[in-house]
Amino acid sequence: MRFFTSWMKWEEGRRETPIEYANFVIMLLIALGIGVLAVVVSAILGPKKASRTKLMAYESGNDPEHGGVGTGQRFPVHFYLVAMLFIIFDIETAFFFPLAVAYQKLVPFAFFEAVAFVGLLLVGYVYILKKGVLEWA
Amino acid sequence: MPGWLVELLITLVKGLALAFALLTTFAYMTLVERRLLARMQIRLGPNRVGPGGLLQPLADAIKSIFKEDVNVTLADKLVYTLAPIVAIGMALTAFGGIPAGPPGSLFGADPWVYNLDAGILALLAITSMGVYGIFLGGWASGSKYPILGGLRSSAQMISYELGMGLSILGLLMLVGSTSFLGIVGWQAVNGWMILFQSLAFALFLISSFAETNRTPFDLPEAEQEIVAGYLTEYSAIKWALFQMAEYVNMITASAIMATLFFGGYRGPGFLNAIIPGIADWPIMWLVVKIAFFLFLFIWVRATLPRLRYDQLMRFGWKLLLPVALANTILTAAYLAFARGFGLWPLAVLSLAGLLLLLLLSDRVRVLWNTPTVRREDDSLPNTRPAGGD
Repeated sequence: MRFFTSWMKWEEGRRETPIEYANFVIMLLIALGIGVLAVVVSAILGPKKASRTKLMAYESGNDPEHGGVGTGQRFPVHFYLVAMLFIIFDIETAFFFPLAVAYQKLVPFAFFEAVAFVGLLLVGYVYILKKGVLEWA
Repeated sequence: MPGWLVELLITLVKGLALAFALLTTFAYMTLVERRLLARMQIRLGPNRVGPGGLLQPLADAIKSIFKEDVNVTLADKLVYTLAPIVAIGMALTAFGGIPAGPPGSLFGADPWVYNLDAGILALLAITSMGVYGIFLGGWASGSKYPILGGLRSSAQMISYELGMGLSILGLLMLVGSTSFLGIVGWQAVNGWMILFQSLAFALFLISSFAETNRTPFDLPEAEQEIVAGYLTEYSAIKWALFQMAEYVNMITASAIMATLFFGGYRGPGFLNAIIPGIADWPIMWLVVKIAFFLFLFIWVRATLPRLRYDQLMRFGWKLLLPVALANTILTAAYLAFARGFGLWPLAVLSLAGLLLLLLLSDRVRVLWNTPTVRREDDSLPNTRPAGGD
């Protein structure tokens, strides 16, 4: 018994893909356009009375210590590690999507395939766990 | 007029209508949220502007448009301006793929703006783009609190995005398609996905709370912690655009949960026995389900305290991720070896997993609480160098 054959009639009458991508681009342009419009309208309508104090960066009323973008402000390495782990596990997810969609046509071989793949990644996961990468002290 | 031009014009109208609807919903969401929070705290919400406070969102919008748009000196002007536009653009685009009815049910047109075959993948991709808006906004502000807030926020969002992506794998295995129409169609035949994937739904729900930076995961906006996170240097309409993006993301997340796990635009079938055909009324059921989830978002905000940032990250990486993987493997094993029994044993398995997790919640709490650090024993010689670190 295959669960996914029963809704195949829903897929009929679907239009070809290029027009759907054009629709997507239209929606994207509309959405970005609204953002641009809001910013432009506000820039025209709002008052413009800048002063040195008003434009200062917020630091509880003190003079800001570090100045501006790219002046080498330091931040914890944890964020870098999380980003790395995200890339690794997101690639795992990316590999899993096609497997999941075609899964019922590939069983039971696909199951062992998936378990082997997850097993390899779990080794890495346990390693980072033991290394304490996931500890946010 | 050639046929394709008509198609594109229809899409344009639908897209504008959708954007208008989303922005109106956002505006009234703020009012509804304030009023509901007030009710839950036994007080009245805003009720002065207009009848019952109904014009409050309009007043807020006019105020934020006419406010002075402060561009701080230290900011990187271009990115500082672009970041809120990216955030709102991605938030609005993401909703376009949700089907609000069967094909052709919107005055002869399709009730969605675009319908890609890889619907879920497109959606995940667009929501990841939303992270750019937040992080670049924090970075471009050029002072330290926004940078820290942006980093925290983006680390949180990408961590929970992982849980989100992994938790729907079991669902995809069952359905065998990444298109929303396919998933809704499958549920029309076999019953709502929440029955068979309750564990996955719980994970997905938690991830979407964290994805949209809502309580109990709203650390980036924790006013008491690092000022206002990535929003610190924003004012007027740019600030409002970020808020808009957050609320629109919330609406989208509700719509996704409704579509993936609660039968999408189709109502419960047994109601057909009372009023014939009510389960197929277009759009209504999707709106009802979205409203339910939005209420849930507000309810949770009124109820739960925030997590600490380290607890938040541990929770995402140590609990959500392994449980989502376990759910995937469980579903995979079931489909590989026990498919002959039908779908219901899977429902029982999934529910059992969820209940087990709830029963063990005291035990597994150590996963996200601070691990007990062994106290330095006084009897041992002090190995630390004198003079501190």
